[in-house]
Amino acid sequence: MSDATEDLAGFRADIAAWISANCPAPLLGRPMDENAIVWGGRKWTFTDDNQRLWLERAVARGLTAPRWPVEYGGAGLTRAQEKIYREEMERLGAPPPLESFGLWMLGPALLEFGNPEQKAEHLPKITRGQIRWCQGYSEPGAGSDLANVQTRAEDMGDHWLVNGQKIWTSYADRADWIFALVRTDRDAPKHKGISFLLMDMETPGITTRPIRLISGKSPFCETFFDNVKVPKTNLVGELNRGWDIAKYLLTHEREMIGGGARGLLGGRSVSQILASQEGDVLADPVLRAETMQLEVDALAFGLTMERYKDQAEAGRGVGNASAMLKYYGTELNKRRYELLMATAGSEGVEWDGPHGGLAPEWLRTKANSIEGGTTEVMLDIIAKRVLEMPNQ
Amino acid sequence: MNDMTPSLLDTEDEVMLRDAARGFIADFAPVSALRANRDAGRAHDPALWAEMAQMGWTGVLVPEDAGGADMGHRAAGILSEEMGRTLAASPFLSTAVIAASVLRDAGPRAHGALQAIAAGEATYALALDEGPKFAPAATALQAERQGNAFRLSGAKAFVADGSTAGRILVLARTSGMAGDDAGLTLFDIDAARAGLDRQTLSTIDSRDHARLVFDGVEATGDDIIGDLDNGLAALRPGLQAGQAALAAELTGLAGGAAAITLGYLKDRRQFDRTIGSFQALQHRAAHLWSEIEVTASAIANAGRLLDHMPADAGLAVSLAKARAAQTAKLAVSEAVQMHGGIGMTDAHDIGFFMKRARVGAEWLGDYGHHAAVIAALRGF
Repeated sequence: MSDATEDLAGFRADIAAWISANCPAPLLGRPMDENAIVWGGRKWTFTDDNQRLWLERAVARGLTAPRWPVEYGGAGLTRAQEKIYREEMERLGAPPPLESFGLWMLGPALLEFGNPEQKAEHLPKITRGQIRWCQGYSEPGAGSDLANVQTRAEDMGDHWLVNGQKIWTSYADRADWIFALVRTDRDAPKHKGISFLLMDMETPGITTRPIRLISGKSPFCETFFDNVKVPKTNLVGELNRGWDIAKYLLTHEREMIGGGARGLLGGRSVSQILASQEGDVLADPVLRAETMQLEVDALAFGLTMERYKDQAEAGRGVGNASAMLKYYGTELNKRRYELLMATAGSEGVEWDGPHGGLAPEWLRTKANSIEGGTTEVMLDIIAKRVLEMPNQ
Repeated sequence: MNDMTPSLLDTEDEVMLRDAARGFIADFAPVSALRANRDAGRAHDPALWAEMAQMGWTGVLVPEDAGGADMGHRAAGILSEEMGRTLAASPFLSTAVIAASVLRDAGPRAHGALQAIAAGEATYALALDEGPKFAPAATALQAERQGNAFRLSGAKAFVADGSTAGRILVLARTSGMAGDDAGLTLFDIDAARAGLDRQTLSTIDSRDHARLVFDGVEATGDDIIGDLDNGLAALRPGLQAGQAALAAELTGLAGGAAAITLGYLKDRRQFDRTIGSFQALQHRAAHLWSEIEVTASAIANAGRLLDHMPADAGLAVSLAKARAAQTAKLAVSEAVQMHGGIGMTDAHDIGFFMKRARVGAEWLGDYGHHAAVIAALRGF
């Protein structure tokens, strides 16, 4: 065994001991439904004291953001250490102490593109769960054609004046701040006149309204900007270069959405879920065959996630191939829920039946292949950027 | 997962092996070589096999003390993938993968046989299936005991490399009934033995396949590999290695067909534009690329597990073969369709890919067989 391997074995033992000692026992092994997620923020209330205690302890150790630098509230772990940390969390059944768009998206963007003041101001509040962020990208006229954003930020000398509308802003009604793509040059080609702007949701002129979805839930909002004054210092990166940041984050997001498809059911495969159900739901030869096919494809996709992670950890980027993870993972997840609904039969169509919660989840998965770039846009990216096929 | 789980990425050595193999095969075994073999009425070119022996490929799974390169199953998979890209025809899979994997577990008596494989002097065929589907336990070919000897009688329906191989590994029934896992014995016999009639089959992939009829073929206890009545156990390492390598070949085949098709889409013009600029075709090409990419992970995983945890490789091997059969089918169907009329002609190479993919899908277990293995191992 090399020194590095030995060190990692030591790290694994340490981190496992720390998780066991610090994660309150009632949280261990609890199913990861929506209520179990801690999002943080000014408006946040914990469902119980255990959640609060677990977050405080994780914050003290920097483990809400394992790979971020210690000075910003992270733990400064290496890739290999972070992987071990996540493996041990999963093995011990410990829930993530905090989840947020700040951790997943804004943080990585600030670490890459932010100035020292912006990092010092925003990153620690993200790691401590004090500020909850939402993402302001899509607009009614800028869906798949995201670079067509029309929300304007005008330079008024000592501030930006923002006017326009965003849509599909996840949890905007519960968020404290928003990071948004705004048009700062209307004469430039559309990709070259966009900037990346941070705004406090309490700023006068910002209003938000939930959108009711087919699942009956409202995780997304419409957000309106009416003569909103924003400090000049809130612009991240270079003026009119916001598209670079957006692209960086979209790649990040695609890997996450594609990867999430594997873990959405608590790591259990459809076959395992079906096997645990009463009666032989797999006696139907067609459902059985579909389940077998899904199992084959899901196992191979899981290995592909691992291979791509290995590639990223080896310092070789995954690049445009992340579009494949997003495409394949979300389509698999939709197949998975179609199968679960089919095996549940008429019990599955009740909002609060014996499979309570299944129908809304099934409906929710239909957005998987739309949000973060549609399946069709992903296929376009693979065709153009990976296969280098000619322009249409 | 633990810290010792090997990465699915190619190592530096594996990258070099792949590059070297691709270069060699492009020069010595392009698709045009398969066409030339077919037109000349031969299943493979012995000169190519001799070159492969020179490079150590015949000994890829032979231990070093028997003169092999002992590169392992992932390396065998990489070679198979590269051979699949151009449909390179050789006894590699039957001899260097299946027979070598069976013989290296057969103790000191197999040392000479392994030496002969590594040196490129011996070729093998595995005589297994008696019906149209892969079903080892269904073996009915009888090995009747006569004193210290056996007499083999029956027929093997579909034996890859069966008419050209110098030696035959044959699974025969020494007790029990067709359908029993037990009571089977694996024999290693010379193909020239009296009473063995080899009937060459004319198959769509222009490779060597034969029907083997055994009429009282004599064998002795010395010809038995592994234990009497426990032939499936002796065969298992060879089957798994063969299934993984065949899966790799099919994935290489899919990649080769996709590459030719992509080239065509970028070249062919209709309606005053390159047809590869049509979104309908772009999305199909992108989907095919995605499927190949996902299957490639299953291939790498099977090789890694056979090298590091062979006792636990069953799921990985079946996953690789199931995915590879499906992916190759998709690749060749899309390839011919996107080529249009030219893809239907014998003059174009793409049809060769379709025909080999169909044979590969059946050999050593089809999609349904391997999906059922996976379902059983996953507990449903």
